[in-house]
Amino acid sequence: MSVLNGVSYGLLLFMLSAGLTLIFSMMGVLNFAHASFYMLGAYFAFQVSEWTNYWVAFLVAPMLVALMGGLFERFILRKTHKFGHVAELLVTFGLSFVILELVQLIWGRTAVDYKVPAALDGSLFKLFNSSFPEYRAFMMLVAVGMLVGLFLMLKKTRIGLVIQAALTHPETTEALGHNVPRVFAMVFAGGCALAGLAGVIGGNAFITEPGMAQAVGAIIFVVVVVGGMGSLGGALIASVLIGLMQTFAVGLDWSFIGGLKSLGVEVTPETFGYPVWKLKLSQVGPILPYLLLVVMLVVRPKGIMGTRDD
Amino acid sequence: MTSPNSSTPSALRPLHFKPLNGVRIVVWTTYALILLALPLVAQSSFALTLLCMTGIAAVACLSYNMLLGQAGMLSFGHAVYTGLGTFVAIQTMNKILGGWPLPMWLVPLVGGFAGLGFGALLGYVTTRKAGTPFSMITLGVGELVFASALMFPEFFGGEAGINSNRTGGTGWLHDLGLTFGPQIQVYYLIAIYLFICTAAMYAFTMTPLGRIANAVRDNAERAEFVGYDTRWVRYLIVMVSSFFAGVAGGLTALNVEAATADLLHGVRSGGYLLFTFLGGVGFFFGPIIGAVLLVFSLVVLSEITKAWQLYVGVIFLIMVVYAPGGFSALLMLNLRRIKYGEWRKMRWPYAGMMFFGLIALWGIAAIVEMAYQIQVAAGSGSEVTIAGIALDSSSHTSWAVAIAVMVAGGAAFEYWRRKFAKVWSDGEERIAEAAKKAEAAIV
Repeated sequence: MSVLNGVSYGLLLFMLSAGLTLIFSMMGVLNFAHASFYMLGAYFAFQVSEWTNYWVAFLVAPMLVALMGGLFERFILRKTHKFGHVAELLVTFGLSFVILELVQLIWGRTAVDYKVPAALDGSLFKLFNSSFPEYRAFMMLVAVGMLVGLFLMLKKTRIGLVIQAALTHPETTEALGHNVPRVFAMVFAGGCALAGLAGVIGGNAFITEPGMAQAVGAIIFVVVVVGGMGSLGGALIASVLIGLMQTFAVGLDWSFIGGLKSLGVEVTPETFGYPVWKLKLSQVGPILPYLLLVVMLVVRPKGIMGTRDD
Repeated sequence: MTSPNSSTPSALRPLHFKPLNGVRIVVWTTYALILLALPLVAQSSFALTLLCMTGIAAVACLSYNMLLGQAGMLSFGHAVYTGLGTFVAIQTMNKILGGWPLPMWLVPLVGGFAGLGFGALLGYVTTRKAGTPFSMITLGVGELVFASALMFPEFFGGEAGINSNRTGGTGWLHDLGLTFGPQIQVYYLIAIYLFICTAAMYAFTMTPLGRIANAVRDNAERAEFVGYDTRWVRYLIVMVSSFFAGVAGGLTALNVEAATADLLHGVRSGGYLLFTFLGGVGFFFGPIIGAVLLVFSLVVLSEITKAWQLYVGVIFLIMVVYAPGGFSALLMLNLRRIKYGEWRKMRWPYAGMMFFGLIALWGIAAIVEMAYQIQVAAGSGSEVTIAGIALDSSSHTSWAVAIAVMVAGGAAFEYWRRKFAKVWSDGEERIAEAAKKAEAAIV
């Protein structure tokens, strides 16, 4: 059961980090506001499903997010391009601030009541007395569908071909008559749409509140670094790994004391470093992804599937 | 040409290293005098508190600029070093109260060494990468430290934090009556630390390491090719910067005598980044302007409006796009205009932009404040007063007025901005020509 929960959470993380990785590998821009677009997706979906129903929101909300992302790229981000990557990172950092405040301005500071649709609000099957919600399965389905769709689009279609060409040889692609800045704007919008879609299906599975962007923001950065900068496959492995790690840690109360006891070493409150030894795994859960990041950087700085080592 | 050997360019004359030249003596003496005189101007205790916070923020922002401005490293985790400095300093203060023979005024230095130690430990991991990955890793490490702080209540005091008392301790200063009980004594201690730290950080920019950091910022590949280990340079810069960040943390400990885990939070790191940038990373004194803005926004602006973060965020976005040098660069550009006698031509465009900009701002502020009134503070009525004019967030007239003012003011502002842009770029050409002439005259 934990495995399924972990995988579904990991796939959600992957939807987020896929958009981030896509934008990063294309444009070299780290979109700091990526998690903010995820939040916008959830709020838009909430609003649209209030007016109509969930299925309309499922289609409309990611498009709205993509539109906002595209406009941001066209009118703000592109202007900072000449100042270099630091300015681009700063401008998305500023955007994350503004989006957070605007969300609070429009929807308030408390969580909104964005619910799972009734059609999916049931239990799919039971395993060892705990039930697996239908919505989790739906999440996994959407994520896998998106993964396959993304792969096919990048590898098999003409659009994907142009995107790949613009990535490696922007001047040549431009000379062949493609509008490379527009391709970039579309990629940025597409990445934002993925974040928005993750928001649509993640917002009601977890909670839709102004703090939700910050809650995942740092984690998806960890995913991207651990997976290897710019590698989609690495991001997939890292997301599922972190998703599993966090779900498993919550349920286990192992600590060093227990481990050392089975080795025949007795730890008492007087032992040096007792506060460290007594920590339970469930307490350490929130920091596990960051510990993984640190270990990864020491052991293999380029990440799981990374190629660049700078 | 009056020069006897006009064929030799002046740049070839031998240069003499004079660290204490006239200009510097004047600038630094003025700085010291301002620090000395500020409490005389600001008499109220609230103003004194603001001054203390600004002094500490100035040390922190200057140390941050060592990373961002000097070495081009955009860190999202600077609060880790200031915050850990504060925690170690508070624990040291409690040890002093328990009988350690250390004078209280050395506590900020203890914080500094704590910062240095953590910089050496965490910097080893974060500096493994440069550029964008560095930023992401600092964010992750920042989260790691923040989350870990809540796991060790023995040291960090959990949610409630830890307290101390700055009036204890021994030493000859203490015997003279400098117990740091009154806030004014703390101010002068902060001022002395600020002055020394500013001087030290300025001197650091002149050292070979400081210069190599510039080289690594501008072109890491070339610096590597010349034979410098760029990772080692980044690591050293992070350590030096964390030392000064730790000093700022130690000063915080003396100033507020308490520490909670949110000192380490990413929001605080983001604040250092934001305001250092607003102050300007291109000039050494920029972060000091940033520190003033930081304390102003955090304490004064947040009292005036609940939406202060929105305003700060929007100003930040505008600055990144249109004035990436921050306020210090704007200041220096205008000083250059005055020097070349160009400023007079820009008075009217400036006045027009200012006037209509304020009108447009009024409209925007009215909309934002009314929206906030409806959304966040709905319980406390619907009246909003902006710059002395009362509005009602439930009336359509108020909204119409606000939107009309915003649109009209914005249009007039844009008209003047275009005029300004024209005057500005014309002036830029004339200055470039004048500079070229002046150069030719020297040669």
